[in-house]
Amino acid sequence: MAKSRITMVRRDRVSAPRRVGNVILFTILALAFCGIFMAAQGFSPLAVYGKMFKSAFGSYNGWSKSILTAVPLMICGLGVSISFKMNLNNIGAEGQYAMGAICSTGFILFGPQLPAPLQIPVMIILAILGGAIWALIAAFPKAYWGINETIVTLMLNYVALLLLDYLCYGPWKDAGGLNLPYTANIPDTAKLPMLFGGSISAAFILAVVVAVIMFLFFKYTTTGYQVSVIKNGLNAARYAGINVKKNILIVMGISGALAGLTGATQVSSVIYRLQPALPNGAGYTAIVIAYLSKFNPIVVILVSIFFGGLERGAYAVQTSGVPSQVATMIRGAILIFVLAGEYFTEYRMKSIKKA
Amino acid sequence: MTVLVSILSSTVVVAVSLLYATIGEIFSQRAGIMNLGLEGIMLMGCCTGYMTDVATHNLGLSLLVAATVGIVIGVVYAFLTVTLKADQTVCGLAMLTFGTGLSGFIGKNVTSVAANHAFQNIAIPGLSKIPVIGEVFFNQNIMVYAMYIIVPLAMYYIYRTRYGLLLRSLGENPGALDATGYNVFAMRYGYVMFGCMMTTIAGAYLSLAYTNLWNENMVNGKGWIAAALVIFGSWNPVTAVWGAVLFGGVSVLANYFQLLLPQVPSQFMTMLPYILTILVLIITTGNFRKKHVDMPAALTVPYDRENR
Repeated sequence: MAKSRITMVRRDRVSAPRRVGNVILFTILALAFCGIFMAAQGFSPLAVYGKMFKSAFGSYNGWSKSILTAVPLMICGLGVSISFKMNLNNIGAEGQYAMGAICSTGFILFGPQLPAPLQIPVMIILAILGGAIWALIAAFPKAYWGINETIVTLMLNYVALLLLDYLCYGPWKDAGGLNLPYTANIPDTAKLPMLFGGSISAAFILAVVVAVIMFLFFKYTTTGYQVSVIKNGLNAARYAGINVKKNILIVMGISGALAGLTGATQVSSVIYRLQPALPNGAGYTAIVIAYLSKFNPIVVILVSIFFGGLERGAYAVQTSGVPSQVATMIRGAILIFVLAGEYFTEYRMKSIKKA
Repeated sequence: MTVLVSILSSTVVVAVSLLYATIGEIFSQRAGIMNLGLEGIMLMGCCTGYMTDVATHNLGLSLLVAATVGIVIGVVYAFLTVTLKADQTVCGLAMLTFGTGLSGFIGKNVTSVAANHAFQNIAIPGLSKIPVIGEVFFNQNIMVYAMYIIVPLAMYYIYRTRYGLLLRSLGENPGALDATGYNVFAMRYGYVMFGCMMTTIAGAYLSLAYTNLWNENMVNGKGWIAAALVIFGSWNPVTAVWGAVLFGGVSVLANYFQLLLPQVPSQFMTMLPYILTILVLIITTGNFRKKHVDMPAALTVPYDRENR
């Protein structure tokens, strides 16, 4: 009797709908998996997910709040995806974000008084510089001496957050306020407006513009093309005459600049001051977003809205006693499941008849 | 003198916490699989070990539970990286995120709950009476003593046994091993599971022998420093010991200086170990050095028979 054996065979080509379908399928599996832990802790997973979804995407107000929460994730996610696209693991978006916030807010609060129309542009430029310099601290050793950028960027996160902590508790603490580790608020003239009847932040428009520019950059410019060649192998890139060192510096610089920009947009559109742990994990969520979007800038915007909603949802279910860490857990599980799912996108099962 | 003794003995305590994770990761990376999720996996060990201790007051059982959790995580990680051949950096980050979230989620109930029950220091008769050295090395808890045995054992295993030779080739040229008839996949599974188990034990050590408390995110970068120590130690357990002692020493001194120099903000002291990690990484792994140690050739390269 002929027996058959099941092996995995690589698919010749993978259609886009199959790719997207698989990501959605494995995201649902990840949610189910997290449901097990919720049930074990005595929560009803369906009730928790239902409440999360309703508060995040169940109303116009919910959507507007979710998108507002998603804006820092979008800009950081765009930054992270540029570097990951070139196989540079910049996991320091959290610290670059903090440095951007420190540079821009510090200048507005303590620097020379600027005319009102210049304040927001100057904040943005300083935030970009702060983030870019923080990323370049890791990029130079990587480019010239081959130092592991993953660990250096991560270590710099701790340094930046401690610096932020020091400034908020120490010299920049607002003496006029309560005894809390906050700086004074930025002037109203430095605040980004809310558009469309106060429901959409101008920072969201900025994020979408950045995404479109990035999309065009990778599609139509030489540097954009070189970045994708370097991803496929350093040697191939060198033979093609591409200056790898220069590209490492440019890409890490842009990546850090975007993460830094988040600091300015978040301070001037939502928080209005510096406070400890201001980035609140957005730099890490950005890594998950960048990877799930396959580094496609337009997809980053959409995936960020999903994760913004997840954060809003986790905030909403806290009132019924669900720990807010539920959002981190779900993010991690989704990444694990989608990583596993990719294999099933690339391969299919085939049974081979044995003689 | 008592200050010096207390600094040195705290250094040993901190160094050991890093070493459990570092040695586990050395084995995993020697086998060709990099795991950057140490921080999250340590948190899982930290929280499951502590939860068991709060519930049962049984330290041996707590350690066993943490180790088992590590093995389970190892199976998942090996499934992703060995069987499904997924990108190891991203898998590590996924484990980091999931471990951080899950430990915070399930550990919520025991946050800042005192277990009143932790590993106690046991003075070794005779040896602990030696001035300074006795107090520093031989008046510690049992997890520290275990490390005195684990390091030589690991050295012996890697460099002096047949299995160690196989382990080293697993990270250098898995194709050759496969051709000789060894099961590359099974061996990698084993070492990844071992690595994750040591990492959760490192976490359990933190909550049961070091802080005696569980708090969300309490590992606070130690997992990442342990990952950096693997590179710093050039995949050699004894070199990693020097690294761990250096980092332990700096973080203990940073705490001590906070008392000594209250005018220097504590945040700058706390930054020291992280800045030191960056500097040490540059000095020891920069390719400007004539003699720099290469990482295992097949590290982060999934083994695929089709591409042999």
